[in-house]
Amino acid sequence: MEIEQRLRAVFVAALDLGEDADVETLEYRGIEEWDSVGHMTLVAAIEDEFDVQLDTDQVLDLSSFKVALDLVRQLRG
Amino acid sequence: MSLVPELAELTAYHRERCAEYDRILAALGAGDTFAEVADLPWLPVRLFKTHELKSIPDSEVFRVLTSSGTTGAPSRIFLDKAAAAAQTRQLSATLQRVLGPSRLPMLVVDRKSIVRSSSARGAGVLGMANFGRKHVYLLDESEQPDLAALQRFLDTHGGEPFLVFGFTFLVWQYLYVLAREHGLDLSNGILIHSGGWKKLADRAVDNAEFRRRFAEDTGLRRIHNYYGMVEQIGTVFVEGPSGDGLYCPDFADVVIRDPRTWAEQPVGVPGVIEVVSTLPRSYPGHVLLTEDLGVCHGIDDGDWPGKRFTVLGRLPKAEVRGCSDTVAA
Repeated sequence: MEIEQRLRAVFVAALDLGEDADVETLEYRGIEEWDSVGHMTLVAAIEDEFDVQLDTDQVLDLSSFKVALDLVRQLRG
Repeated sequence: MSLVPELAELTAYHRERCAEYDRILAALGAGDTFAEVADLPWLPVRLFKTHELKSIPDSEVFRVLTSSGTTGAPSRIFLDKAAAAAQTRQLSATLQRVLGPSRLPMLVVDRKSIVRSSSARGAGVLGMANFGRKHVYLLDESEQPDLAALQRFLDTHGGEPFLVFGFTFLVWQYLYVLAREHGLDLSNGILIHSGGWKKLADRAVDNAEFRRRFAEDTGLRRIHNYYGMVEQIGTVFVEGPSGDGLYCPDFADVVIRDPRTWAEQPVGVPGVIEVVSTLPRSYPGHVLLTEDLGVCHGIDDGDWPGKRFTVLGRLPKAEVRGCSDTVAA
């Protein structure tokens, strides 16, 4: 639960969303803010917040909040 | 493995979905059986400037890419969601051959705001940014090199492999000059660059000279030029490690054609470059005659397996117009 809250905050900050944004259902390119430039910012923010490194395929696979959450959990073991 | 069956299927696929493409092929008298890649009907790349060619319904258009054509209208390339994802995926597969699976610290030889512009330069930087992390931009917003930023980047990341990306003339004009002047060590860098040599011709810098000077003056030896165009987004032809030519990814090919007879040229004889890729599914861009002149140096005789070729420059205008007329007829 704690990771999910932190990841939510990362999404809101990196993509410049409102506090009440429906982050849990977000998909890559589903909203204007999460375009390819936003994606770069988001990946960097996730790496900083959780002290993890995503490889290229993981960056390309990161297509939704849900996928991001599973990935962060997996990377943190 | 031959690409012909998949390309033949793609040709039929696009004829069914893009009425204009079907009309053009019918006018050319194109058949539907092909013995080899060179037998497939091609479109001159400039048709994408004058025609809206797409194989998806308007409601499925997700991104429209435009080229930065030097003259006249830009090309317009239509992608649906699947095509946008596929091009990123295939670009990644191609570049992982030289970069490996992990994202390296990345020095971008451009300004940060370029990614927000709709230029070809911006699209190039953005497409490549996925392959790096901790991005540092060499140029400030007035396009002046930022020596302090470069030194900080090298202090932090210079001791491990790092990625350098930029357009050829910017890389030369800014990174090379700065590194040489200040004796910077770029020996752990892997440079990926593109954009052609025209702007460097007046400085007498060609590919060989570029590689030699970078190696001697900065220690940077892992250099890969690449060739690609927006009309075949996601397909790039990457230079082998020793600089012995550009190579095709396994889903693509090139055919060098005689500009008078359109027959395929033998190895060593320059001609017009046709680029072939199984990637385009949202628009009929799988077989395109470019406006570039190139030469095939050999097959299965270089750094990597397959065909290796060099881009020699732009085709003289009259000849380009000639090939366009072929299709208009």
